[in-house]
Amino acid sequence: MNRTGLQTKESNARLNLIKAGLKKRYFKERVFRFFGMVAILTALAMLAILFVSITGKGYTAFEQTFVRLDITFDTEMIDPENTGAKDVHSKGDYGGIVKKSLRQMFPDVKDRRQKRDLYSLASSGAAFQLRKMVLSDPSIIGTTQTIWVPTDDDVDMLMKGHIKVESGVSGRIKPYKLEWIHSLKDRGALEKRFNRALFTSGDSREPELAGIWGAVVGSLYTMMVTLLLSFPLGVATAVYLEEFAPQNMWTDIIEVNINNLAAVPSIVFGLLGLAVFLNFFGLPRSAPMVGGLVLSLMTLPTIIIASRASLKSVPPSIREGALGVGASKMQAVTHHVLPLAMPGMLTGTIIGMARALGETAPLLMIGMVAFIVDIPTGIFDIATVLPVQIYLWADSPERAFVERTSAAIIMLLAFLLLMNAAAVVLRNKFEKRW
Amino acid sequence: MKKNIATAAVAVIAAVTFLVPALTASLSAAGRDYISIVGSSTVYPFATVVAEQFGKTTNFKTPKIESTGSGGGLKLFCSGIGIEHPDITNASRRIKKSEVENCAKNGVTDITEIKIGYDGIVIANSRKADIMKVSRKDLFLALAKDIPMGKEGELVPNPNKTWKDVNTSLPDIKIEVLGPPPTSGTRDAFAELGLEGGCKEFEWIRTMKKKDSKNYKAICHAVREDGAYVEAGENDVLIVRKLEANPDAFGVFGFSFLDQNADRVQGSIVDGVEPTFENIADGKYPVSRPLYFYVKKAHVGMIPGMKEFLSEFTSEKAWGEEGYLVDKGLIPMLEEEKKKFLEDGASLKNLSM
Repeated sequence: MNRTGLQTKESNARLNLIKAGLKKRYFKERVFRFFGMVAILTALAMLAILFVSITGKGYTAFEQTFVRLDITFDTEMIDPENTGAKDVHSKGDYGGIVKKSLRQMFPDVKDRRQKRDLYSLASSGAAFQLRKMVLSDPSIIGTTQTIWVPTDDDVDMLMKGHIKVESGVSGRIKPYKLEWIHSLKDRGALEKRFNRALFTSGDSREPELAGIWGAVVGSLYTMMVTLLLSFPLGVATAVYLEEFAPQNMWTDIIEVNINNLAAVPSIVFGLLGLAVFLNFFGLPRSAPMVGGLVLSLMTLPTIIIASRASLKSVPPSIREGALGVGASKMQAVTHHVLPLAMPGMLTGTIIGMARALGETAPLLMIGMVAFIVDIPTGIFDIATVLPVQIYLWADSPERAFVERTSAAIIMLLAFLLLMNAAAVVLRNKFEKRW
Repeated sequence: MKKNIATAAVAVIAAVTFLVPALTASLSAAGRDYISIVGSSTVYPFATVVAEQFGKTTNFKTPKIESTGSGGGLKLFCSGIGIEHPDITNASRRIKKSEVENCAKNGVTDITEIKIGYDGIVIANSRKADIMKVSRKDLFLALAKDIPMGKEGELVPNPNKTWKDVNTSLPDIKIEVLGPPPTSGTRDAFAELGLEGGCKEFEWIRTMKKKDSKNYKAICHAVREDGAYVEAGENDVLIVRKLEANPDAFGVFGFSFLDQNADRVQGSIVDGVEPTFENIADGKYPVSRPLYFYVKKAHVGMIPGMKEFLSEFTSEKAWGEEGYLVDKGLIPMLEEEKKKFLEDGASLKNLSM
């Protein structure tokens, strides 16, 4: 009785002590959680600001102002001798046809300077559009057709409200030109339409004709080369170092070097690429092949480190079990360890690839920061990549490139999202099997 | 399935190791069917327009243009003859003697020089503020690192805080000028044409030019680093945006940016001359510079379309007074000058320094 009484007293005291501390512990826990939430919310807020500002600036670029023109495909101006030959058709004065149509819309304009301003209402791409139409269907020569052509970037910017007009005066656009634009608008000859050129064309110095497709294709080729080189090499290196290589001074040196390489600024890899791939091997400048080589040098350390970590996380019992039933060392690795480690390896690869996709600095040295109009058709063609295109547009004087830059950023983000989603899907597939 | 991964990896590595040298060999034999252009970022907006027109209106491929800066471009250009080296380089200044020598050392002896027009450098501020009227001397006194005060031969670190300190007729606002960093050709030209122009007005500094040109340059070209001149990076779009936000600030950039953003910013009047298209073309506006490109003669005939590209660039519809380059902000040359360089281009005249 006495003993138990003592015991209860003791345990009561202990309980009180715990209870007294409990409040403090709960409080600490709440504070800890609160800071965690704050960290996540801050990151989310930053992300939201980024998205809102970019889409806010960029969404208008998905539309482009078009002007309706009544175009007479004058035989005189395309094929005066009625030869019907494609060569003759391709050299026709299509610019003149566009100008004539604009003159017909505003017959009062006589002054030479004003005429020039009148012609600049339609994009210089209009002439190429007509040429393409004639070349694909020569029977339209001699007919009159109603065609929507893109307007010049100034008109487009005005229509979208990006050019300030104060009491009918704008520093950029002359008053009479403003009048024409209003008159076109009243006639219903100006319309905003989906900007297809943005997705299907290569680069151009005319914002209304510029597109991202050339850069997207260039990025795809570059990433393909990077993936094909860095993934197998990285995984092979990791497997050898982790599973087969003896632990000695040499492997330590190699390990330190790999970790070091992961932290080397990317421009250094560009310089290396210039010295080795261009100057020594004589590979062509500005080619996705070289870009891919340089970027795979950059991503290799990331892949190797991630792959080694995921190999390490495979429990030794798997290896021992395989060896125990008579598998050779290589069989144990390729049949059991590697498939188990694969999801982690893929994650590492995707992280490395995502970094490579956003890289411009090393590409500067090997000539991929360039104005390239034609869409690349192979890994040895000249090409540029998405982030470079963004950089080039951001630096252009034309106002309309501001919104197009944001649109290109949106597409780069979409590209990244797609890659990461693919990685998650792939990883889950591999995980399910084991 | 599991085995396949390893096999595939080995196969890919093997393929890459053997294929790369093989492909390289086949490529260098195949040649290059597009023109490769490098050089100045100031000429880049003009050269690209010509390249695009050229690619669209002829059967040749669109030339590739890299923006490497004038110096970087000339270095690449002079590195040798052969398809791996560029055919044309753009420059926002004339080629230097040392660069010609470097070219010759690498076998690039025959070069044709073409001037394409002029570029004005403007000092602009927001439209919300008043137009500023400055002289080049004011600019020098406001932005130079060390300025002469009173006694001859004596320099003091620039003490001017406001524009009024520089010249009592100027407004009483803090000196804040956003401009390009020292790596930029625009900055070089601004220092040479703007600051040096004002610097020369001091008698004793001008006499120094002949005796001690190194020191002369150091005095006239050094820009202050105490925060009054803000290096705003190479991105002129950013400078325009900052000017809009801060009406007291000024920005230094090329005429084409002023032209494109005429509803937001206005150019200051320098030495009584407004930075307009006409004034720069006439040579009245003092801070303007010529733009060039250089052609490697050995590549004409080797790379398809070189001659045609030259004639496109030097055609009236490109660099003429109503040409498409003018729409992009290029200031055209006078008739005689145009004629001279048109002939030089057609005959591929050798560069003479």
